[in-house]
Amino acid sequence: MTDQTHIRNFSVIAHIDHGKSTLSDRLIQYCDGLTDREMKEQVLDNMDIERERGITIKAQTVRLNYKAKDGETYQLNLMDTPGHVDFAYEVSRSLAACEGSILVVDASQGVEAQTLANVYQAIDNDHEIVPVLNKIDLPAADPDRVREQIEDVVGLDATDAIEVSAKTGIGVEDLLEAIVERLPAPPPVEDSAPLKALLVDSWYDTYLGVVILVRVIEGTLKKGQRIKMMDAGTDHTAERVGIFTPKTEVTGELKAGEMGFITAAIKEVADTHVGDTITDYRNPTPEPLPGFKPNQPVVFCGLFPTDASDFEELRESLGKLRLNDASFEFETETSAALGFGFRCGFLGLLHLEIIQERLEREFNLELITTAPSVVYRVHMTDGTMVEMHNPADMPELVKISHMEEPWIKATILVPDDYLGAVLKLCEDRRGQQIELTYAGTRAMLVYRLPLNEVVFDFYDRLKSVSRGYASFDYYIEDYVEGNLVKMSILVNGDEVDALATIVHRDRAESRGRGMVEKLKEIIPRQLFKIALQAGIGGKIIARATIGALRKDVTAKCYGGDITRKKKLLEKQKEGKKRMRSVGKVDIPQEAFIAALKMDD
Amino acid sequence: MPLTSWSMPASDAVIDGGFAIYVHWPFCLAKCPYCDFNSHVRERIDEASWRDALLAELAHYAGRVGKRVVNSIFFGGGTPSLMSPASVEAVIDAVGKHWSFADDVEITLEANPTSVEAEKFAGFAQAGVNRVSMGIQALNDADLKALGREHSVREALVALEIGRQHFKRLSFDLIYTRPDQTPDAWAAELEQALALSAGHLSLYQLTIEEGTAFHTAWRNGRLQLPDDDCAAELYDLTQEMTAAAGLPAYEISNHARLGEESRHNLVYWRYGDYVGVGPGAHGRLTIDGKRFATAQRHKPEGWLEAVQSRGHGSVEDAIISNRESAEEMVMMGLRLAEGLDLNRLQAVAGEALSTLIDQQQLAHLEQQGLVVQRDHRLVATEQGRLVLNALTAALLTDA
Repeated sequence: MTDQTHIRNFSVIAHIDHGKSTLSDRLIQYCDGLTDREMKEQVLDNMDIERERGITIKAQTVRLNYKAKDGETYQLNLMDTPGHVDFAYEVSRSLAACEGSILVVDASQGVEAQTLANVYQAIDNDHEIVPVLNKIDLPAADPDRVREQIEDVVGLDATDAIEVSAKTGIGVEDLLEAIVERLPAPPPVEDSAPLKALLVDSWYDTYLGVVILVRVIEGTLKKGQRIKMMDAGTDHTAERVGIFTPKTEVTGELKAGEMGFITAAIKEVADTHVGDTITDYRNPTPEPLPGFKPNQPVVFCGLFPTDASDFEELRESLGKLRLNDASFEFETETSAALGFGFRCGFLGLLHLEIIQERLEREFNLELITTAPSVVYRVHMTDGTMVEMHNPADMPELVKISHMEEPWIKATILVPDDYLGAVLKLCEDRRGQQIELTYAGTRAMLVYRLPLNEVVFDFYDRLKSVSRGYASFDYYIEDYVEGNLVKMSILVNGDEVDALATIVHRDRAESRGRGMVEKLKEIIPRQLFKIALQAGIGGKIIARATIGALRKDVTAKCYGGDITRKKKLLEKQKEGKKRMRSVGKVDIPQEAFIAALKMDD
Repeated sequence: MPLTSWSMPASDAVIDGGFAIYVHWPFCLAKCPYCDFNSHVRERIDEASWRDALLAELAHYAGRVGKRVVNSIFFGGGTPSLMSPASVEAVIDAVGKHWSFADDVEITLEANPTSVEAEKFAGFAQAGVNRVSMGIQALNDADLKALGREHSVREALVALEIGRQHFKRLSFDLIYTRPDQTPDAWAAELEQALALSAGHLSLYQLTIEEGTAFHTAWRNGRLQLPDDDCAAELYDLTQEMTAAAGLPAYEISNHARLGEESRHNLVYWRYGDYVGVGPGAHGRLTIDGKRFATAQRHKPEGWLEAVQSRGHGSVEDAIISNRESAEEMVMMGLRLAEGLDLNRLQAVAGEALSTLIDQQQLAHLEQQGLVVQRDHRLVATEQGRLVLNALTAALLTDA
């Protein structure tokens, strides 16, 4: 039997801003993982966007050697997991790689919806959980109230919650002791068992190629070993085997119970499937690990270059991003209004935003994003079913038997004062209330909602009606038949393909009205009157008119004014270039997304 | 209908637009809060050295452009009526010496309608000035005060009367679309102006220009202008009333009885040649078939120093492309009620008009009633002129 009694594998669960990264840094520092000089703030979040937004996209591990009060040295493997619902599957695999979790809650803020979802996942994975109250040094900290909340809302015993301040270092040692004492060691395994390891995550490194994060469950993973990916059906030779401390350290092998990384001359992240089982090529394990799921984008949108000549560059950039993130997909899309671009699929809205932001920031591309759409199941009269990612692909009505749309189960935590507004928002979005419970001064709402009502601006609206106090989390539950129609937008009689959306019939009028009114605000007056219409299959359901430009002329223009006047003309022409013309109408780029962000 | 044209050498085409001299006098007694022109208040100036500098620049440009027939001289500012008649005369004489005058040469001087300046009118007339343009701006004292003007209505009317005694041709300016101005109030004021008019009126809609006191006030919310719909209504009213009174618009903001148009300004709008001397003055000149854009140093003292040390204050004197010239010609020509001569445009552009002007847009805008084509001319309609900036941007293709 391999001795695993001195190993503790744990993940850190926390809401954004509740101090997860700072606390991780503090643990690393306490165990001498890095010198002060090497200690950059929040070392675990590598990417700029992660650091700025305080979110983790890729899972990471750090091995800490902690000399406990009992005199023994323990190997603590800290797993930093993605903390957003879009990456729920990645979170579940990270959790599956650990036996325990620490639940970090801000002692002044309390439990948030997102934390709740992750805690439930940890419980599903049979984790022991140590509650931690962070930011205990803040004057607003109210540990007793938050303890009570953890018990009421989460259902965990919080009597022995550890009080810490990641900022000042208070309680860090107590936490390390609790990890050793209260979290279980990996279960014992047979020495002779063949290699069985979980592929937790992977990323692309310019020098090493694809780096794979693994948790060895049984057997040993050694340098030079020929390994097999059971789902991918590929085999490779492990080139480097090592750990993060958080510095990269090559150890040559990883034993059962340990976490670390391998490289195996793999060129693309897409060749490594999160959740896959890695085993020995010659002596494979009979059963793969449970819980593997193939990757499934749930939100789609069009990405078009602002400048049509950037199309090839956009294709290259998407390719480069995909090297490191196999969870989004893209294919060429052509729009009459926007030209050549790509239809891209994402795990969720945040994922979409991250990719979009990285394209703009890291690749310097200016993009037009079209309204996000969910995946509809269109059942045809001939008995076949097609998945529709783009409203423009809607088949002819006569050929459609019925359509299904994805529904989510959403959990919302909101202070009492804003409950009414949040209930109204959910009802307006075709929501069905499942549960309404109170914990102290906060309400916990569970709603079933159609995802297509959520992807546009639900989160923005929720934040706005609750003044930022509501927190929200969801997962896709099922597909349900709905009375869905394609709503087209016509500008001076011409249909704008990029503005078409799929809506529920009952919501079509109000959404159509909202859209034409919003477009009326966004599209500047032009030399002629513009008719805006929303229609369903030729029937107009809403209309608005933008009056012609009334006055746009320079009063004085003599010999000395030509130069300045010409600058104005250049500016005007430049402004026109930044718009897309449909018929003769110039439509500003923001119209393609902003039109969908309406006030209800 | 596609644009048609026949060929004509570029230089002849431009000369066809006339030849004019602009003289800039940059000083004012006070700076008006709406004005972003190159005007400055100075305690005292040595007039002789400024005059000499203007003469030096005229000599410089005479050397550049060679012999031409001058259709017009325009003294603008600032406030050129602050000049002494002797200085004005010296400038006019110098122009006559360098070039030759057309028989019907127009010599205009801008004047403020104050008693002090009116007293100098006889002297200006003697010096050769045959037309004055007076900045009256409003015909009620409250608005004159709001516009920061130093004169009263009464004073202006007296100055106007004196002006009429000395000059056969006279114009005055009014600013409208003032804060809180109602159509009724403007109609009454315009009616009075038409009765006082001597055949030419410049009627400008108030524009907030960056860098002016009005701009600051407007940005801080202390000044509000009528909205575009209201401005358009006032504009339409102006077109109607002036036309009915026999002074129709011949340009966006200029109205005249037939034959009383400002010949000087027509040179700009028809995209002829003009020399600009004085601080910040601009010129457009055709030399050996090439089109030059010139600009003089903006700051008065800097300009004076430059002229004194090297004979001119040019900061720009460079060839502009045919394309640029053509765009300028379109920009300026469409301001006129007579529109743009497409034969001349073709000659200046040196490229097919169908590549300069977006033919699809043109057809569409014709359909909308914003432009018309007739007799080889492209004309913005009254409605089109009111949205000329957008119209021009729509018509011109990307080079």
